[in-house]
Amino acid sequence: MASAPPASVDATSGAGDCATAQPPRPNVPRNEVPFETARGWLREMMLIREFELRCMQAYQDKKIGGFCHVYIGQEAVAVGCVAAAEQRDPIVTAYRDHGHALARGMDPRFCMAEMFGRIGGCAKGKGGSMHMFDRANNLFGGHGIVGAQIPLGVGLAFGTKYEDEVINGGKSSRVTLAFLGDGALNQGSVHEAMNLAGLFDLPVIIICENNGYSMGTSIVRGTTMGHDISAKAAAYGMEGIAIDGMDVLETYWAMRDVVERVRSTSRPVFVDMRCYRYKGHSMSDPRKYRTREEEEAYERDDPIGRLKAHLDSRGLTEDDFKSIQREVRATVRAAVEWSDQSPVPPMSDLYRDVYLERWGPYTGSSAPEMLGGGENEPSFKAIRPVEGEGELL
Amino acid sequence: MREIEFRDAVREAMSEEMRRDTRVMLLGEEVAQYNGAYKVSRGMLDEFGPRRVIDTPISESGFAGMAIGAAMLGLRPIVEFMSWSFSLVAADPILNNAPKMLYMSGGQYGCPVVFRGNDGAGGQLGSTHSWAVEGLYSNVPGLKMVIPSNPADAKGLMKTAIRDDDPVFFLESERLLSLKGEVPEAEYLIPFGQARIARTGRDCTIVSFGRPVLFCLEAADALAREGIDCEVLDMRTIRPLDAAAIVRSVRRTGACVVVDQSWSFGSPGSEVAALVHRECFDDLDNHVHRVHSADVPAPYAYDLEQEYLPNTRRICEAVRACLYKA
Ligand SMILES: Cc1ncc(C[n+]2csc(CCOP(=O)(O)OP(=O)(O)O)c2C)c(N)n1
Ligand SMILES: [Mg+2]
Repeated sequence: MASAPPASVDATSGAGDCATAQPPRPNVPRNEVPFETARGWLREMMLIREFELRCMQAYQDKKIGGFCHVYIGQEAVAVGCVAAAEQRDPIVTAYRDHGHALARGMDPRFCMAEMFGRIGGCAKGKGGSMHMFDRANNLFGGHGIVGAQIPLGVGLAFGTKYEDEVINGGKSSRVTLAFLGDGALNQGSVHEAMNLAGLFDLPVIIICENNGYSMGTSIVRGTTMGHDISAKAAAYGMEGIAIDGMDVLETYWAMRDVVERVRSTSRPVFVDMRCYRYKGHSMSDPRKYRTREEEEAYERDDPIGRLKAHLDSRGLTEDDFKSIQREVRATVRAAVEWSDQSPVPPMSDLYRDVYLERWGPYTGSSAPEMLGGGENEPSFKAIRPVEGEGELL
Repeated sequence: MREIEFRDAVREAMSEEMRRDTRVMLLGEEVAQYNGAYKVSRGMLDEFGPRRVIDTPISESGFAGMAIGAAMLGLRPIVEFMSWSFSLVAADPILNNAPKMLYMSGGQYGCPVVFRGNDGAGGQLGSTHSWAVEGLYSNVPGLKMVIPSNPADAKGLMKTAIRDDDPVFFLESERLLSLKGEVPEAEYLIPFGQARIARTGRDCTIVSFGRPVLFCLEAADALAREGIDCEVLDMRTIRPLDAAAIVRSVRRTGACVVVDQSWSFGSPGSEVAALVHRECFDDLDNHVHRVHSADVPAPYAYDLEQEYLPNTRRICEAVRACLYKA
């Protein structure tokens, strides 16, 4: 499926021209997604939204600390992209990462407990909201430093390709999804990484979740070619396309197409994923840099609402919709309750996982300390790419 | 005397210097239209306009380097890093260009830039966002490093920083920005390299920098109730370091504890310890005791972070140990 060219927008205005400025693509085979699959996406998007609403509440209640960035409004992006990829395809993203974690299959309890700083969290309470890691689900982290995850994503693609081709002697078969925000597009490391991806033919999809703002700076105020960022891809010899990230069906079909192409050609692709964040940048943002009218226009064009309307036309009953609603509420409530019950990490955990080897912290004394065995064993032994090789001495 | 917040003190200093010298300008993420992510620059766009208060994209390496180039040409930029943690992506310009330009050019090109922003733990921000960069950056010759602990010092030191002809790294703290304190209305500057005696005492000298000075004062109050009388030195600048003030105090007390929120290995704290051991060897009744952040990346979980940071309890323990009263 060929992507429509980015809509021409007024480069002097703010974000208002993102998602809705994309004309709907008549050729999206909307009805070809099995009803149950599409219903599953609706549930996931509703789960993410409910989860994020409860996060905001928990933040107000001071159960969550630090910085917390919610994904409300962008649910279709994570759900559509994850659906278009395979579970073995690595994913890496920025700090607005709860949606990606849940879409990838992280247990909502582990995600919530992480933010509560509890031992039951996906990183035992050491990472927090911005740093969600899920090895079992091939989620290689949320990353707090703007842009930092893009070189890593390119490295994941280098790794899969090397493993498949050099070590296993086959053909590159996995595709990495590396997400970043529109503001992150102005980090030098992102451009170095894109050049590397183009130069080394790496199977990575760089997905720019273009929600129109980096904090209080609208894209056109901070970014050259802000009206058409996919044009930047050409400079790195890679394809660049724009996708309407407010529509999960469109995101899915367009991304499926991209994933297939990258899998077969091992060439990187850059995606300008047009979307909108409904809430503030983080928990303390009065959003004075944009108008209520703009926000309401996007909220009327809600990704969950769009998918529901589609499913309504295919026979989704109001009862069924209500049952999804009840179920996701119960799931998230249970995640909160579970996280409340999860113990805080023991103090000994402060010194765990610093090194894979069992060197203790530097104390300034003459003898370096060795941590004992048993409970001080590092939690993951097989961090190295090839298991069995280079065993610990 | 009037009381103002730390952030207002920093802003007053910047605004006064910008009124005085048109070569001074401010740039950084969200400093203009958003009035600063932490409202330090509130109102400055209105007063000075968009040519002198400039919003940048999230391109630290680019805009830090740009400021250095502009400074070589004769401007005096102030660069705001939203957090010093984000300056790491600009490590090359701020460490390889700014502090070496004068030397490498044989004295031809100076680099009068002030880099400023939040340093240290902000409160559960996790490993990437909780850098105390004084540990890393104070290692570099050619830069000056300022780390105020209260509004009055922040204002006087910021004015000195802007007028200084060398690159100055000015370390604020998110946790201090709302702190109120007395700040004179009349103009004043505080010279670099002069420690402030935050509390006088006879039994033990506590040397500290920036926000941890407040914990040291709390600890000194607690220890006073046990009959231990501590002197607290607020160093205010790390480069230059007021070594004489430390030596004077330790010669009187005979005991020294250093409290430094960076990691212990190769840090301002270890430098002070080395200095005291050399200069006050015969005056000491015990070796210098040191309180640092734990030698691990900053954890997110609240309890772990509290234990990770230098805190009042750990400072008290160090003082008691140093005085053989543990
Ligand atoms: C190197 C660096 N600079 C600054 C920040 C502070 N910061 C965090 S998010 C953000 C805005 C990013 O916007 P965008 O990339 O569009 O992502 P969005 O928040 O819209 O998802 C900024 C400036 C940071 N985390 N890292
Ligand atoms: Mg954005």
